[in-house]
Order: sequence, then C-alpha cells, then structure tokens
Amino acid sequence: MRYFLYALPIVFLVTFYFYPLGAILQTSFARENARAVAEVFTDPYYARVLVFTIGQATLSTLLTVLIALPAAYIFARYDFRGAALLRAMTTLPFVMPTIVVATAFSALLGPRGSINLALMQLFQLEQPPLRIMHTLTIILLAHIFYNFTVVLRIVGGFWSNLDPQLEHAARVLGATRARAFWHITLPLLAPALLAAALLVFIFNFTSFGIILILGGARLATLEVEIYRQTVNLFNLPVAATLSLIQLICTFALTLIYTRLQARLARPLRLRPQTTVRRPLARAREKIVVALYLAAMVLFLMTPLVSIVVASFEDGGSYYAELFINRRDSIMYVPPIEAVRNSLFFASATVILAASLGLIAAYSLEQRQHSRMSVPVRLLDAVYMLPLGTSAVTLGFGFILALGGWRASIALVILAHTLVAFPFVVRAILPIVRSIAPRLREAAQMLGASPERVWREIDLPIVTRALLVGAVFAFTVSMGEFGATMLVARPDLPTIPMAIYRVLAQPGLANFGQALALSTILMGVTALGILAVERLRVGEAEF
Amino acid sequence: MLELVNITKQYAGAPLLHDISLTIHAGEIVSLLGPSGSGKTTLLRIIAGLEQPEQGEVIFEGRHLRDVPPHRRGIGMMFQDLALFPHKNVFENVAFGLRMQGLARAEIRARVHETLTLVGLAGFAERDVNNLSGGEQQRVALARALAPRPRLLMFDEPLGALDRLLREQLVTELRAILKRIGMTALYVTHDQDEAFAMADRVAILHATRIVQLGTPAEIYRAPANTFVAQFLGLTNLFPARQRDDGTVETGLGEFALPPTGHPGGPSVYALIRPERVRISTTGIAAQVEECVFRAGKYRARVLTAQGARMTIETENALALGATIHLHIQTIELIQE
Repeated sequence: MRYFLYALPIVFLVTFYFYPLGAILQTSFARENARAVAEVFTDPYYARVLVFTIGQATLSTLLTVLIALPAAYIFARYDFRGAALLRAMTTLPFVMPTIVVATAFSALLGPRGSINLALMQLFQLEQPPLRIMHTLTIILLAHIFYNFTVVLRIVGGFWSNLDPQLEHAARVLGATRARAFWHITLPLLAPALLAAALLVFIFNFTSFGIILILGGARLATLEVEIYRQTVNLFNLPVAATLSLIQLICTFALTLIYTRLQARLARPLRLRPQTTVRRPLARAREKIVVALYLAAMVLFLMTPLVSIVVASFEDGGSYYAELFINRRDSIMYVPPIEAVRNSLFFASATVILAASLGLIAAYSLEQRQHSRMSVPVRLLDAVYMLPLGTSAVTLGFGFILALGGWRASIALVILAHTLVAFPFVVRAILPIVRSIAPRLREAAQMLGASPERVWREIDLPIVTRALLVGAVFAFTVSMGEFGATMLVARPDLPTIPMAIYRVLAQPGLANFGQALALSTILMGVTALGILAVERLRVGEAEF
Repeated sequence: MLELVNITKQYAGAPLLHDISLTIHAGEIVSLLGPSGSGKTTLLRIIAGLEQPEQGEVIFEGRHLRDVPPHRRGIGMMFQDLALFPHKNVFENVAFGLRMQGLARAEIRARVHETLTLVGLAGFAERDVNNLSGGEQQRVALARALAPRPRLLMFDEPLGALDRLLREQLVTELRAILKRIGMTALYVTHDQDEAFAMADRVAILHATRIVQLGTPAEIYRAPANTFVAQFLGLTNLFPARQRDDGTVETGLGEFALPPTGHPGGPSVYALIRPERVRISTTGIAAQVEECVFRAGKYRARVLTAQGARMTIETENALALGATIHLHIQTIELIQE
C-alpha cells in the first residue's frame, strides 16, 4: 500500500512530463520532418532568435548583478531600522506573475503609461515622448526589476555570513579598501555571485511573458518563438527542434547551478549575521545608503503601484467593465469569468499538487545514511526536473503528446500541477526531514504512545508545511502564463490569458481592464505570499 | 532502583558494550563518563527502551523492562540536541508529558508553572522555544523532563553545546535542583570536570566495559588503570616492576613499595603525581623544557637524565633549559 502510494508521483511524472518530452524528441527526429527541422539550422532567422535570446539574457544578467550588488552589501553589512521590511519588499516583483510585471511596465512606460501621460500633459505634447515600448531597453528594465531580489538574496545571504575579519586582516596587512575587496572579498564571494548570475540567466533565457508583451512582434526569444511556431504557424517540427535546443541549454545551466550551490554549502568559517552587521556611522555613509535605498524602492515599487493607481483612474469603471459582456468583446464572456476560471483551476491544482507533493516528500524522507540513499537522491533530482523546464516547452509537449485531450480542462490543471509540484515538494521535504527522530523519541520518553506521537508531532508540523505548499501551488497556478497559453481552451481563459488578450486590443477601456485584472491578480498573489511567510517555520531558502 | 545486568550490544559488527552491570540507588546521581564513541549514549538508549540489547536485562524498581515500550517505562530523558518541539511554545513543551498522563487542566497549569519556577524560567510560559537563548532552551528541556516527575531522569550530554563558563554554572545549578527534589539521575558526559561536579558516583566506560565505578574522590585518589589516570589528566606514568624485596623498579630508579594498593599482574605502572615531586639539591637530574603558570602554580614539563618526560608543580617560575634536581616523595602503582 505504502509503495503503491510512493509510485503515484513517479507515474504522474512519467505520464505528464517524460512522455511529453519524448514526444518533442520524436517530432524533432522524425524522418518526415527532416526538411522542416533542417530549416532551423539554415534559416538565419533562427540564428538571430538564438543570438537575441542569449544576448538579452546576458545583458539583463550583468545589469541585474551590477545594480543589485550594492543592495547585497548594504543589507549584509549594515544594521538599520526597517531593513527587514525593505528586504521583504524587494521580493514582491519576483513573486508576481510575469504577466503582471509586463503589464506594470506598460502601465508605467508604455505609450499610454503614466510617465508618458504626465509628460504629455506637462509639456502639451501630442505624441508620447518616451518610446521604449517594444525595445530591448524596456525588456532589460523588466528583467532587472524581476530578478533584483535573486541577486540580493543569494549574494547578500552569503555575504552576511562572511567573516569581516578576513577583510580587516587584509587591511591590517596594508591593503587599501579597494584592494582588500578585490583580492579577498570578491574571490570569496565569487561562487555566490556566479550562482546568482546563473539563476538569473536561466530565468532570462526562458523569459516568455515579458518578451511577448513588451517585446512586440519583432523581438522573440526561443521561448516566444516556440509559442509562435506552435500557435500562429502550427509548425510543430520547428517548434519541437527549438524546444529541444532550449531544453539542452537549460538542463546544462541548471546542472552547473546545482553544482555551484553544493560548493556554496562548503563551510567557510561563516559567522552569525548579527556579529557582522554594524550601524551606519558616518554622515557620508548614511547619505549614500539612503540615496541608494530610495532609488531601489522607487524602481521596485513604482511599476506595481502604477498598475493599482491607473486601474482606479476612471473611478472604478474599469472594474465595472469586467462584469459586462460586450458584443464586440473577443472573449464572448465577461472578463470576470477569467477570475472564476482561475480560481477553479487553482483549487484543483492545489488538491492535486499538494497530495502528490506530500506523497513525494514522504517517499524521499529516508535518512541520508540509509541503504536507500542513492536512489532517493536520484529521485529527488528527478522530482525537481519540471523546475528546470520552461513553461512553454511543457505546454508544447502536452499538445504533442496529449493532443487528444485538447478540449479537456484537465490539461490546464495537469500543466499547473506539473509546474507547482517541485515547489510543493521543496516546501514539505525539509520539514518532514526536520522532524528529527529525536523529536519522536522525546515525545515517547514523555509518555506518548506511537499513535500519540504521530498526532502530536508529525501531524501538526507537516500540516503547516503542507499548507505552505498548497498556497505555493495556488499562487503558481493563478499566475501561470506560458504553459496555459498553449493548453487552455479559448472559451475558458485564466486571468493571465485574459490580461494578455485585452492588452492586445486597442482602446483605453481595454487597457483599463488589463490594469484591473492585473490588480486583482497582484492582490491574490500578494495575499498568498503573505500567507506563506506567516505559515513558514524557519528560514526561507532558494 | 535501576539495575543493569550483563548488558551486551554490538554496533556495526563490533562489540560496543560488553557485559555491563551497574546498580543505581534511589536518590543517587550517577555519571557515566567516557570518551566519545564509547557507547555511553547507546547504554542510555537501551535503558530508555529506544534500543534493544543483544543480551542482558534492564530491571527498574524490580520490574524487567524487556517488553515495556519506552512510553510506559516512566523514565525521563534530556537529549543532547534537546529536541524541543518547535511547533509548541514553552508552556506546551513542558505540559506535554503531563498531558500524556491525562492530568486535569488546572493541575497541568499548576505543575508547569511550578516546574518553570524551579528551573528559573518563571514568566517564560508563552515564549516561542525557537527564540530562546541556548541556556534558556536547556532549562526548558530540563523542565519538560522534570514535569512528569519521572522516577529516573537520564541526561545525554545536555550541556555539550554550551561554553565552559555557562556549563560550570549550569552543572552546579542542575545538581542543586536534582538534589532538592531527590531525583534519581543518570548523567552521561565525556567531560571529566562535569561528571565529577555532578555525580555522587562516577562510572568510567572504556573499550566496551565499565573500568571503574566509585565516588569522584575515590576515583581521583586511586585510578583503576592508566586509561583512567590519563583521562583525569595524570600523565606521569612509567612502566614499573615489583621486586620480591618490597621495592619497585622504574626507569627513574628504585622506589619503596607504597603502603596501599598493590595491583598484581605483569604490567604495572608507576603513577607520580605532580604535587608529590619536590625540587631539591640532589636527586634525579632534569632539564626544564616548558614552564607555564596555571591555576595559581607553575606547571613545568621536564626531561630527566634517564630520558623520561614528566610534569611537575612548583611555587616559582623555572628558567627554560635550566638543570634542576627532583626528589620524588611517593609513587603509586596502578594497572595498565
């Protein structure tokens, strides 16, 4: 019975992950598709897509690291009021669905965005003066905005445990501040820097929603190209080949990242953070830090705030519009139905992902030194695979392998479950493992029978973790964009799909609806993340 | 009260405990002292019922415990890593054992507060155990173990993670608390000072056996063998041979047979305590290799003319490299 249960997550992954990937492989290598596939390697268009994908990802990553590095230093080394709150605030952009980020940048910097509107009013202009929509610039801005916290958390987290005495020792030995940083701190920080950069690069490399919306028709990453080849051109062999190229790249990058992360765990005589931090002392220090932090808050908060503000511009009429089914609407249903659909899909995803995740976590629980440790570690890695696979690829694999189910709403739920599953496992597993055998023994020694131990120790601790996992699954499902765009039925759009559709329509009323829907999605996501932070026991980890 | 009879336990194919027998009387605190890996914790876990011995019996208040599960043994235990329940606050942690006994709410409340006061944590009831200092967490774990009033309380290196000063303070306090309520206790540690300060009697575990059992003073005055002596920091040990004429021959010369303690057997050692060595004008010549000030006296390491190294105590500092003469007042003989 127990092993039957343990097999369920494996069966799930084989059917809805490996089988679709196999279908992609098969389509790409099928003989009758040889000509179409060859096109990918001969047509310079695809080379340009690849170059753009890598180029924008590299540029975004470098800029993100450069801009977030001072923040990592400030939060690692200085003790000031509101530090915890500010640091938590930087995570907001990262946890928002990409569709919200994209909408936010349109709302701020687009032709109808608040900055352009303000400038037009101020200088009596006919045309919006700021024209960065559909350019590399706005994509870079959105990527930096989105990934800022990744660098801050990984590098800052490592930095805050680095013994400042090492740098002091270098100073005492005659090094200038700059040389001490260059020769001591930077090399020690290098693995953390590299890990953060790699993770950010992977995110940028597979960026979908941001490029699709902010990049316009001319700019495309591999991910966007796969989507267009599938949905617009129905050129499945090309899409399959592009997916394969992307898969190889992301797997290779993820592998390097996991290696690096293992190296990061190597003890470096790290010190507790509290002994490392010091208050801001000199006036110059205070001014520089305050200026940087002000700029940071402005950059990370303005886009999100501008959505909310702009959505209420018309006195709430955008929200009222969501309930109206206009004849000429492309949706044939009131947009508010998208909210209902999303809630339904998310609830189903929560049930499925939480059950599978709980079973998977318990099947991985085996102690490290047990006979089963090698298979368990392997299984652990397999369970994380969907995390390293882009959403569009997952959706595309579904179309190829499970095309017969096209009309079924199950595809959306399954796709969302696949994306959410690794998060759920990661939320539960450390907790299940942390119920040290000692805790159970301690309860026994205090007179608790085995049944009582399970009820008093296991159940309450795991329930909390399961709730965290469930909320994760819920937020992931609410915001999922890439896979949904490929597998959802047009008449049952989710919130992100509905936003995408109204954004593509002309007219201020449509844009307003996008803003209103984004505000709703943002609110739901923020509530979910708040719940996770509340429920979580112990420190958060990446 | 607690009787261990011929306990034998293997670990990974090698013997870990061999034929261990030990009796603990009611109200007594016994320390189990030994280096890490000597099986102390395993013995504790066998008494607790968390592990089963291959051979031997645990008899507790006249009852054989072989088939009694841990939660019915009425034995309390404080774990090395404390094992405080992270999802319960201080009050709930301490109340846990009382709830398992099915006590009434009001009584649980009263007992928890009484126990928290006893360990010096009055007013901590509603605190989150994850946000307490190391010392405070120790006290919560102690209160949790004490609250159900077990008839025997076992400690598995409970102070291991604390710094020396706090540890010394807590040992004194812990002993006072246990004595005040007349608790019978078994205290496992690898720290000799801790064991001696804590216990009425100390059992020293070495190479699968209890090599010596006695009061701290008995053990210090007459270590059973060279292992115990070295464990106590008595390092001036020299192979010795007993002669028929009542003298003892060592590498440092001949000595009169000490009045007490004549272990038989082929391999005996002469133990020379630092305080039994005087500097004089004649006697064994030795060169000073090192001299440090420690605990009110100078401790010097010297190399004798015979090529033996030993530690001596002096009132005054000795110059490095200086040649001195040593007069050894008495020696003791112990087994290898």
